[in-house]
Amino acid sequence: MIKRIKVGMASCGIAAGAGEVLELLQEMAGDNKVVEVGCIGHCYAEPLVEVETDSGSYIYENVQAKEKDLQKLLEVEDFSRFQPHPPRVEKERELITSLAGKIVPTSLEEYRAHQGYDGLERAKEMEPEEIVEEVKKSKLRGRGGGGFPAGLKWSFLLAKESENKVLICNADEGDPGAFMDRTLMESLPHQVLEGMLIGAKATGARQLFIYCRAEYPLAVKNLNIAIEQIEKEGLNIIDGEPVEVKVKEGAGAFVCGEETALIHSLEGKRGTPRFRPPYPTDYGFHGYPSAINNVESFANIPLIVRDGGEKFAETGTENSTGTKLFALAGDLKYSGLVEVPMGISIGEVVYDIGGADPGSVKAVQIGGPSGGCIPAEHFDTPIDYDSLTSLGAIMGSGGLIVIGNNRCMVETARYFLEFTTRESCGKCTFCRIGTKRMLETLERITGGVGSPEDVELLGDLGQKIIHGSLCGLGQTAPNPVLSTLKYFNNEYLAHVEEGYCAAMECKALVDVFIDRDTCIECGQCIKNCPVDCISEDYVIDNEVCTRCNSCIEVCPVDAIARVAKGGEVSVGN
Amino acid sequence: MSKDMVLEKSNLIKVLQSEQKKEGYISDAAIERIAKEFDLPVVEVEGVVSFYTQFKRVPPGKYQIMVCDGTACHIIGSTLILNWLTDELGIKDGETDEEGLFSLESVACLGCCSLAPVISINGKVYGKLDRKKLLKIVADYRKKEAAGS
Repeated sequence: MIKRIKVGMASCGIAAGAGEVLELLQEMAGDNKVVEVGCIGHCYAEPLVEVETDSGSYIYENVQAKEKDLQKLLEVEDFSRFQPHPPRVEKERELITSLAGKIVPTSLEEYRAHQGYDGLERAKEMEPEEIVEEVKKSKLRGRGGGGFPAGLKWSFLLAKESENKVLICNADEGDPGAFMDRTLMESLPHQVLEGMLIGAKATGARQLFIYCRAEYPLAVKNLNIAIEQIEKEGLNIIDGEPVEVKVKEGAGAFVCGEETALIHSLEGKRGTPRFRPPYPTDYGFHGYPSAINNVESFANIPLIVRDGGEKFAETGTENSTGTKLFALAGDLKYSGLVEVPMGISIGEVVYDIGGADPGSVKAVQIGGPSGGCIPAEHFDTPIDYDSLTSLGAIMGSGGLIVIGNNRCMVETARYFLEFTTRESCGKCTFCRIGTKRMLETLERITGGVGSPEDVELLGDLGQKIIHGSLCGLGQTAPNPVLSTLKYFNNEYLAHVEEGYCAAMECKALVDVFIDRDTCIECGQCIKNCPVDCISEDYVIDNEVCTRCNSCIEVCPVDAIARVAKGGEVSVGN
Repeated sequence: MSKDMVLEKSNLIKVLQSEQKKEGYISDAAIERIAKEFDLPVVEVEGVVSFYTQFKRVPPGKYQIMVCDGTACHIIGSTLILNWLTDELGIKDGETDEEGLFSLESVACLGCCSLAPVISINGKVYGKLDRKKLLKIVADYRKKEAAGS
């Protein structure tokens, strides 16, 4: 007998069509209860529906909003059953995400039924110093990327005497390709709040903010519902007085992930960073001592207080304890969100968990625009703060993009620089102009007019931007370029010396060619060309062609391909 | 706008967000009005508006197309997606067409990386796109519009 049916309704599920599935299921389910849950992290199999029965639970993958399919599901038939692949089950360690996708995110009852707010109850019985000590023992380091010890930061705020102290949750997850924080807020809003309330008790903060990206409407919604619930239940009463918790929506500026910029934005101003010191724990929101921690850091706190810091530190490595969430995407089979113990190797994540084909992977990009590309030969490197930094990447917030052999690394570097150039707030000259010059140089190289001096210039500029910038954005902006220069120098040189892009990605270095031996003269390419550059006898005028790939996409026999400019022609193999 | 929102300067961004939500963009007149309400120089409000990418200064189309250019989408071909849309709609990134039907914008990340490449139209996400799928989506919206008018 069915107890209830759970539909994964986090952003990724909705994007895959879970909303339609939910609607139809509700119509068809009769007396069976259909509820919305969060994300279990297996994005590639979305939409996911779990049917709880007396005799166990069954998860169905790729569920479509079709009556026939849903009927089978309601009869708990054996079809389209979801089974996570065994290497992932073996390597994953779900500590902070153990409830994600399993409970109704906005149900306080369900969260409490799974030890939720036990940590807070325990914290309320403790002295602030004891909590801070427990967090120090856990050796938890900031999950936003910097890796600053969380316990130490809290001890600074605790030591301050002020009429008001502020604790801020940094939920301005701006890295393109990262969605760890979003998942936590959407699927486990109460866990994030519990971490913050424990923080309030530990530091004496009485004003709590969650600074969330406006692009995450569902996260904002779930957090607000959860806040209302805890206020109603009085869970936000610390030392006899209610603590104010507010969600503030950001307005789209990557630099606001930097703490002083974030504070300016919270105050309603332009989100530009300022010189530190004074650090926010001395002079923060409206001048009050403030501490800022990342969403994932806060989500770890309830576990630390509930089970003890020493127990927490058993997972992971000596200097990087606990687990880390990664958003896996790119050229791999199983994309999604994964929680792994610190110290796991990059290869285990990419090949075993991600299911990427070892022969086809060139590199991973870790840490987004602030991070770097690590080549496949270094995949035995353990994932911890210090090892990644020594390779020229950073832990970052947890975006992990797998890059296949068929991608151009110069273009990848250019892409990140384009992002940081756009997002540079303009305050520091080296960041504002330096990233722009770097981008122009990269554009020359991908545009086929670069010189070997340009490659040298990139290395030189990179160092100067790092040293001449005030905040993390500028200090890390050159990383994608510097790491690709280090590990993929041959690709840069091939571009500038031979005018050759092995990945056939850089437009200026390729022609589009129709192989007349394979061509069946169906006329599709001619019809679909937006610039009419294909003649009636199927010859492409490469002077006019914009390399838009329209003809390649429509060709039914794969007779058209990008080829190296002026090089030898071979198509279809 | 409620009174208590005006009093606190830190609500400036929030007020601008609700203005944009209501009107779809921030007009010159709105900037002047809000500056007055907050007792701030116009230039300061303009400065905040221009700083954040969320705020638009031109009216958007009826259907707002966002092309995800997050890392996962980019390496799988979001540039091509944007080009195809530009060819199809005759507008570039950041523009609205003459009829005010479609507007086109590339955005940092829609967070649906496993469905790359993705676009969203008025918030509805379309994933795993190729050229054929993409053009069909646009055609469907045009059809819907023609049937409605």
